[in-house]
Amino acid sequence: MPGGQATAGGEDRVVICRCEDVTLQEIRRLIGEGVHTLDEIKRLTRAGMGLCQGRTCRHLILQEVSRLTGVPVEELSLPTFRPPTRPVKLGVIVRAGGERHG
Amino acid sequence: MGRTADAVVVGGGIQGVAVAYQLASRGLKPLLVEQEYLASGSTGRCAAGVRQQWGTEMNVLLARASIKMFERMEEELEYPRGIEFKQRGYLILAYHERQWDQFLRNVALQRSLGVPVEVLSPEGAREIVPYLSLEGVVGATFCPEDGHINPFRAVEAYAQAAVRLGAEVWTFTRVTGVRVEGGRVVGVRTSRGDVSTPVVVNTAGPWSDRVAEMAGLHIPTYAQRHQILVTEPVGPVQGPMVISFCHGLYCQQTPHGSFIMGLGDPHEPRNLDCGATWRFLEEMAAIVTKMLPPLAQLRVVRQWAGSYDMTPDAQPILGPAPEVEGCYYSVGFSGHGFMLAPMTGKLLAQVIAGEEPDLPIGRLGPDRFARGDLILEPSVV
Repeated sequence: MPGGQATAGGEDRVVICRCEDVTLQEIRRLIGEGVHTLDEIKRLTRAGMGLCQGRTCRHLILQEVSRLTGVPVEELSLPTFRPPTRPVKLGVIVRAGGERHG
Repeated sequence: MGRTADAVVVGGGIQGVAVAYQLASRGLKPLLVEQEYLASGSTGRCAAGVRQQWGTEMNVLLARASIKMFERMEEELEYPRGIEFKQRGYLILAYHERQWDQFLRNVALQRSLGVPVEVLSPEGAREIVPYLSLEGVVGATFCPEDGHINPFRAVEAYAQAAVRLGAEVWTFTRVTGVRVEGGRVVGVRTSRGDVSTPVVVNTAGPWSDRVAEMAGLHIPTYAQRHQILVTEPVGPVQGPMVISFCHGLYCQQTPHGSFIMGLGDPHEPRNLDCGATWRFLEEMAAIVTKMLPPLAQLRVVRQWAGSYDMTPDAQPILGPAPEVEGCYYSVGFSGHGFMLAPMTGKLLAQVIAGEEPDLPIGRLGPDRFARGDLILEPSVV
């Protein structure tokens, strides 16, 4: 929120997604607006779209959705896993392709 | 019993929310039904580039009006999060003489319709993207008003504004049938119950042919996969989108700093498959690192795919279905629906509300295929 009114828990300073710098406050505000799936939260905030692809924030956001909506974590769906498993340079992919095709 | 709506819009991508907003701003109460969440289909999977450099008058006019509407969108829709509109142009590369002749005809058309487009030598292109390889480049065209938008934000902006004006949005709801009586639409069946309505708007993207079939209609649209990838973010180095129709390639740096790039493959099967393949990654990497060599240093963080909603002439079907009164299409955008949506949404809402549309859209009707009156667009990826 403009003006940065700190809440009792300081949630505006708690960073949930370190790659994309998304705070707990942003996540809670979206959930409060009715955005209850990880897929939507990811697309609107970029949480989970960074270099680690959500390895850290995914479960923290799941817990937050579960806590605020009362739906157990096991019943919430995860975003689609998308390759590559780890970030890989375009140049490395080109060299690998060259070696494979001789 | 049951509920009613002035119109039911089937599909919550950019076309659906744009039409719903335009209908609501004309005093109608539309209900938008989306099978998953908003922008979960083609819109949320697209590269979200917007350009006015087209080869047919219809596309230039639709794109030009839409860019003007995108420029004012945050204000018009009172959207505080911002749609992240980056206007740093499209640089379109020509690789052989025949293509260059076509580009020059396109430029003449674009300029005649008020698009500020520049004709550049290969060296001129390199002044805009300094690390561009000039190997094989014959020339380039550049329009500085073209650019990129965050598609999730644009969809949210439209949806929120539509709801404020009285529209309703049902997400995670499937349309299972369209009820037609005496040649007129009377309602739809959904997984949340039946809705009585005199108007159904098909904005279902790659599912458009299936939704048409629910009303007993046949349209020649089909889904086809297109793959795309995104890199890690880096500081701003590339202003414009770079496109080559020869390679079917486009590559853009987003305001966030990541590079988004895709490659068209005409041999893709016609289905709703959205899987990602290693082969795409390898071909994309090989071509883009030849064209833009320093990008070899960038790490790919994610690849995905989406479906184009194709028509035989790569042009949308926009307007009423002649066979069933109350049935309307805004489908078949063939990979460039996001950038045309502000204007096509407005035009279709004008037609539905009985107003004179700002542009004549009769030629975009579904009957053009039977007549053989195709609108062939030379500039598609």
